[in-house]
Amino acid sequence: MTLLELARGPALTVALTVFVAGTLWRIVRLASRPAPRDLSVPRVDAAVTGALHGIVRRFWPHPRFGAKIGFSVFIGYLYHIGLAVIVFAYLPHIAFIRKLIGIGWPALPAPVTYFAGGVTMFALIIALMLRLTDPVKRLLSRFDDYFSWIVVFLPVATGMAAFDTATGFSHGYIAVHLLTVELLLVWFPFGKLMHAGLAFWSRGITGAKYARRGALP
Amino acid sequence: MSVESNRPGPERAAAAMKAFVRDFTREAAVHMDACIRCGYCAEACHFYTSTLDPKYTPINKLEPFLHAYRRTTAPWAPLARLLGTERPVTISELESWQELVYDACTMCGRCTLVCPMGIDIAALIGRARHGMFAAGLVPEDLRAAAERAETEMSPLGATPKVLKERLEWLVDEHDIEVPLDLPQADVLVTLSSIEIMKYPGSLVALARVLAHVGESWTISTKGYEATNFGMLSGNRDWQRDISERVIAAAIACKAKTVVLPECGHAYGALRWEGANVHGAPLPFAVLHISEYLASLVGSGRLRLKPLNKSLSFHDPCQVSRRGGASRAPRKVLAALGVELRELGDHADAAWCCGGGGGVVAVKRADALRRGAFRIKMEEIDAAGAELLATSCANCRLTFDDGQQFHKWDKAMGSLLELVAERLEA
Repeated sequence: MTLLELARGPALTVALTVFVAGTLWRIVRLASRPAPRDLSVPRVDAAVTGALHGIVRRFWPHPRFGAKIGFSVFIGYLYHIGLAVIVFAYLPHIAFIRKLIGIGWPALPAPVTYFAGGVTMFALIIALMLRLTDPVKRLLSRFDDYFSWIVVFLPVATGMAAFDTATGFSHGYIAVHLLTVELLLVWFPFGKLMHAGLAFWSRGITGAKYARRGALP
Repeated sequence: MSVESNRPGPERAAAAMKAFVRDFTREAAVHMDACIRCGYCAEACHFYTSTLDPKYTPINKLEPFLHAYRRTTAPWAPLARLLGTERPVTISELESWQELVYDACTMCGRCTLVCPMGIDIAALIGRARHGMFAAGLVPEDLRAAAERAETEMSPLGATPKVLKERLEWLVDEHDIEVPLDLPQADVLVTLSSIEIMKYPGSLVALARVLAHVGESWTISTKGYEATNFGMLSGNRDWQRDISERVIAAAIACKAKTVVLPECGHAYGALRWEGANVHGAPLPFAVLHISEYLASLVGSGRLRLKPLNKSLSFHDPCQVSRRGGASRAPRKVLAALGVELRELGDHADAAWCCGGGGGVVAVKRADALRRGAFRIKMEEIDAAGAELLATSCANCRLTFDDGQQFHKWDKAMGSLLELVAERLEA
């Protein structure tokens, strides 16, 4: 079995299994925690709209803090959008997803996604520098923060390296690229990358809680 | 010295852990799991902003609580225990975090404003205090105040006997009427011990306003104290007992409404947590005094003479940002006809005065609190209003202390007292 066959076969199966089962486990375990009903009389009966407001409002910083955290948020947006473009708008990735789940969509031109890859790597490096140099971020950082950074950075870097403008894709690089993506999938349920989904849940809880009080923190 | 703190260290740590686990509800678990450790919350915290010490980053104040969560309850806790990645929380770790949980957090909730995940850090601190109390790790002055609230009905010694004497004196001195222990009244009025002992003018103002609108009201010597130091200290049982006294008094006099005094955390304790500790919806409405005054303005019962001055209003965090009642005092101020000069950060975004969450009761936190108070001073100086007002006696106490310490030329007033001074004949 070649490295590419391993990456496309058993390694992918294992990674997807861990990704799906681990993510479900984490969600089910969180959902199974007790959630006592709030018996106070709400000021406004607006739990659903409050949750939605809480989710949407936090996509950008509260106006009072824009100046303080704006740069960090901007860098975050750069790599989040960059990653989305790479994963969902690059033709080979769309083909890969179509093969997995049977759904596809039109792709952006390759140079655009390649540019997005460059921007993403740049933004990720800046984000890491911020984490290493900012005293607050450095104090808070754990293994999860650095390892999550690595498992996000590696697929972008190997993906860009895999594309040889002169000769097309190198099979060796593709195998390594696939294995790094599989590492990301395996790590996803265990660390902070789960915030991709938990952000909505967490924001929604607070949005609903404070909306019934008539407050909007 | 508390009973809890006399036990051996491992026993205390185990007690803390047991209390922590009880507090790992779905909300707490999702919030702790969602944290991406971005550190933005630091920028919202008056203690971080005034010291620039990273240890005051709000989410960092929860570290032992987070440890306990990851070891016992988090989705991957079994794996963490198997691999040894999360050590058991030790008593020395908890001891070293006591300052951050009690002295350096007013539970003002400003950090939630900036959190991209919407984590309610203030609520998590409130939960973490339960475990700290169980381990005997409450600052002694705060614990003693809470114990007095439990056993004597007041954290500051305003026992029923003291209250009666105080009210008798005020009735004689100020020619007011205070209906005490009526068997039936529409409104049960509650007080803050800080008002009873330090700001009796608020009690006089209250009686005058209620007489002006012809309210059917009473104060019950069985349930008058609205502050809840049980909640602030982290003792769940004391929190319930203190709330239940007011609830029982309100039910006994068939009150339709309980009016809470100028106190921030009293609002959170009864308006938003009262029903939950009682175990059933409360059979009466709960209004903060600023909401009550606003309702009187709205119904036209409160007639005020205009006050032609400029004024800045300090929002008590538990009433405005965490309580949802930031419009009420502004409605009252509009009725007073003042020129409202809002502070740079106000209403939901207001800076805390630094004394909430029981911090003002912790003597060793004085230096930290007074440092953070400078933020408020600078904002108020920049607004340049002639008058200051708030609707929290605890905030007022913090302002008085800050004024004295910093030799500041501004004095904080009471919204209620301002209203009472401007009643139309």
